[in-house]
Amino acid sequence: MTTKRLIVGAHYGLGSWLAQRVTAIVMTIYTIVLLGWLFALPELTYGTWAGMFASSWMKVLTLLMLASLFWHAWVGVRNIFMDYIKPTGLRLFLQASTIVALVGYAAWAVIILWSV
Amino acid sequence: MADAVEKPAGAARPEFRNIHVTELFGYRWPLAALVSGMHRISGALLFLIGLPFLLYLLQQSLLSEISFENYRSIVSHWFAKLVLLALAWAYLHHFCAGIRHLFLDLDIGTDKPKSRTSAAVVLAISLTLTLLVAAKIFGVF
Repeated sequence: MTTKRLIVGAHYGLGSWLAQRVTAIVMTIYTIVLLGWLFALPELTYGTWAGMFASSWMKVLTLLMLASLFWHAWVGVRNIFMDYIKPTGLRLFLQASTIVALVGYAAWAVIILWSV
Repeated sequence: MADAVEKPAGAARPEFRNIHVTELFGYRWPLAALVSGMHRISGALLFLIGLPFLLYLLQQSLLSEISFENYRSIVSHWFAKLVLLALAWAYLHHFCAGIRHLFLDLDIGTDKPKSRTSAAVVLAISLTLTLLVAAKIFGVF
């Protein structure tokens, strides 16, 4: 017997769930590689540190990690707001502010990385 | 069931939704719940303070030799050290608790005793590493 049920919900739950895992794994790999690299550095000076970020592929990998971070932060912060902020207007304002902040951080990250 | 039948239609039924923040401390906090709650708090901390502060520090550390010295002087201030220590805890906790989540997603360690053990392991590892970071930041080694 099949029953046609009305499934309620916004239908983005599984996508968010998967995005949270994929972005987490990207950040985990970056963290481990960066830590390994830092421990391998003989001395932390401006030259060795900025030298690390001089190559294009390091900029791209760092930006990829930061993009994962911003997406991950959006899913997490949105969940916190959905759980605790009941007034719709306030929640909309906070979520919109979060998006604006994260897009701004992304632009800032590009500026930072390509200034080296 | 007789009670339910006798109730007039439309009587208020109990609702079980997310509890209010002020009710949090009226509940017992098993280790897994503690790790979960701290996962949320650490995530919020990383978003609110970690992101802008660390992006600013990254910028100062990369822009030029002069800004690198500025970065050095900022992170040697005691208050910045405290903030960085709090962020280090938040990152380490979020990292360890997140990896625990990934195992739970794979159906590994989902029963009660195992999830309690893994929560204890998360706390033990993240707090030990935080202590090491504290020792490093405040110049013990």
